[in-house]
Amino acid sequence: MPSALPPLSTPLVALRGVGKVFPSGTRALAGLDLEVRAGEFVTLLGPSGCGKSTALRIVAGLSEPTQGAVAWPQAAALPHGTSRIGFVFQEPTLMPWASVFDNVLLPLRLKGSSASEAAERVDTALGRVGLQEFVRAYPRELSGGMRMRVSIARALVTEPQLLLMDEPFAALDEITRFKLNDDLLRMWQALRTTVVFVTHSVFEAVYLSSRVVVMAARPGRLFADLAIDVPYPRDGNFRTSSEYAALCRRTSEALAQAMAAGGET
Amino acid sequence: MIAAASARERRERALRLILPIVVLVLGLAVWELVVRLKDIPPYALPGPGLILRTLKTDWAVLSESLLVTLTTTFEGFLLAAAGGVGLAVLFNQSRLVEYSLYPYAVILQVTPVVAIAPLLLIYLPQQAAVLACAWIVAFFPVLANTTLGLNSVDRNLTDLFSLYGASRWQKLWRLKLPSALPYILGGLRIAGGLSLIGAVVAEIAAGSAGAGSGLAYRIAESGYRLNLQRMFAALLLLSVAGIVIFYLLTLINYLSLRRWHESALEAER
Repeated sequence: MPSALPPLSTPLVALRGVGKVFPSGTRALAGLDLEVRAGEFVTLLGPSGCGKSTALRIVAGLSEPTQGAVAWPQAAALPHGTSRIGFVFQEPTLMPWASVFDNVLLPLRLKGSSASEAAERVDTALGRVGLQEFVRAYPRELSGGMRMRVSIARALVTEPQLLLMDEPFAALDEITRFKLNDDLLRMWQALRTTVVFVTHSVFEAVYLSSRVVVMAARPGRLFADLAIDVPYPRDGNFRTSSEYAALCRRTSEALAQAMAAGGET
Repeated sequence: MIAAASARERRERALRLILPIVVLVLGLAVWELVVRLKDIPPYALPGPGLILRTLKTDWAVLSESLLVTLTTTFEGFLLAAAGGVGLAVLFNQSRLVEYSLYPYAVILQVTPVVAIAPLLLIYLPQQAAVLACAWIVAFFPVLANTTLGLNSVDRNLTDLFSLYGASRWQKLWRLKLPSALPYILGGLRIAGGLSLIGAVVAEIAAGSAGAGSGLAYRIAESGYRLNLQRMFAALLLLSVAGIVIFYLLTLINYLSLRRWHESALEAER
C-alpha cells in the first residue's frame, strides 16, 4: 500500500475529516483528510461516485461539508482583494451572450472593476491561453478546445492561489486534450499556482500531477496518496517513457484496489 | 453535388414564396368571378376589387381608425412587456410575492377577455379600459416565458457567480436576465399579436362612436349599415397590422440573438 506523503510545509488548504451527506441520504464523502501545499499539482482520481467533484466543490465553498471542516492556514497572508480560487468546470460554462473578452472579464467585473481598468489583465489571461485574437468572438463561434481555453483564461484572470479543475478536458478529443495538458502545465509553472485537478483518466493524472490522490467510493474516501516524482517540465518524451508506463501501472493498480474496496460498481 | 443541392434549395425557397401568392391570386380571381357572374350585390358579398377601391376611397376614415387601434395595441404591448417581465423578476426574487400573486395572474389569463371587457368599460374611462384589455390578454405569455427563462439558468454559471461573490443584483442583471432573453423575446412575439386581439375585443365591446374610434369599431359600425366592403377593408387592415407586428418582433428577436442563440443561428454546416 503506498504511503501518504508527510506534510512538508503549512498546507494552503486542508480538509479535515470532511464528510458530506446529501439531503437524499447519499453519503458522498466520509472522513476525508487531504492537505494541499502551495505549488503542488494534485489530482483526485477515482471511479464515478467516489466524491471527487464533491470534494472539489467543498474546497471551492460551493458546497458545505456536513462533517469536518476546510481550513486555509495561510489565509492571513493573502493580499487584499485577490480571489483565492479559480474554478474550471467540465463544460466550458461560458456566457453564450457575451464575447470572449466579457466572459474572461466576468470575475473582475463581479469584484467591481470596470472593463477599461481590467482590459490589460483580460488581455494577459487570453495571451496565456493563446486566444488574444479572439477577444471579440462569441463562444458559439469557437471550437470545443478553444472554449475550454477561454474558461481557463477566465479562471486565471484573477491570478488565483488555487486553481480547481473538475474534469475539464473529459469532453475533448485526445489531440486537443494532450495539447491542453501541456499548456496547462506550462501555465501552472509560469504562474507558480496550485492546482487540484479531478479526472477519470490514469494517464492524464500521471502525466500532469506531482501527486495523485486515489479515492474509493461508497462512501467517498481517500484510498491512496501517490507521489509522482518526475521533474517538470514534462513533454511528449515523458509520455512515451518506460518511467511513465511504470507509474501508470502503479496508479492503475491502486485504482483497481480502490474500486474493489468500494464494493460492486 | 453541392451545386445541385443548393439549386434544389433555391427552387424550394422560390416555391415557398410563389405558391402562397398563386393561391391568393387564384382565390381572389374565383371570388371576383363568382361575384360578377352571379351578380351578387355588395351588401351580400363585395368582390375583392370593390374592397380594394373602398380601401382607397375610405382611406381617410380607415387610416385614422388604424392609427387609433395601433396606438392602443402598441401601448398595451409595452405595458404587457413591462408588466410581464417586471412581475416575473419580482416572483423570481421573492417566493412570498410569487405564491401570493401568481394564482391571480392565471385567473386573469383564463377568464375570457370578452367577458371582462364590459365590466372594465363600466369602471374605467374608455381609453383606459381598452388599454387594460390589451394588457390583460398580452402580459401572461411574457410573464410565463420570462419565469421559465429566469429558472433555466445554467447551474454551473450560477455556481461561478457565487464563487466570485456576485450580489443578488449582479446575478439578476448579468446572469438571469441575459439567460432569459430568448424566452422573453419568445413571449413578446406572442404578446404582440395578443395585444392587437385585446385592443380589438375591447373596441368592439366599447362600441361607442366618435372621432377616436378604432378599426374594430369601424367593423361593427359598418356591419350595422350593411357596408360590407368597408368591413372587409377594415378586416384586411387588421390582418396586415397583425402580420407586420409579428414580423417586426421576429426581426427584433433575430437581431438580438443572432450572435449567440441556437434559435437565431443560420444552419452553416
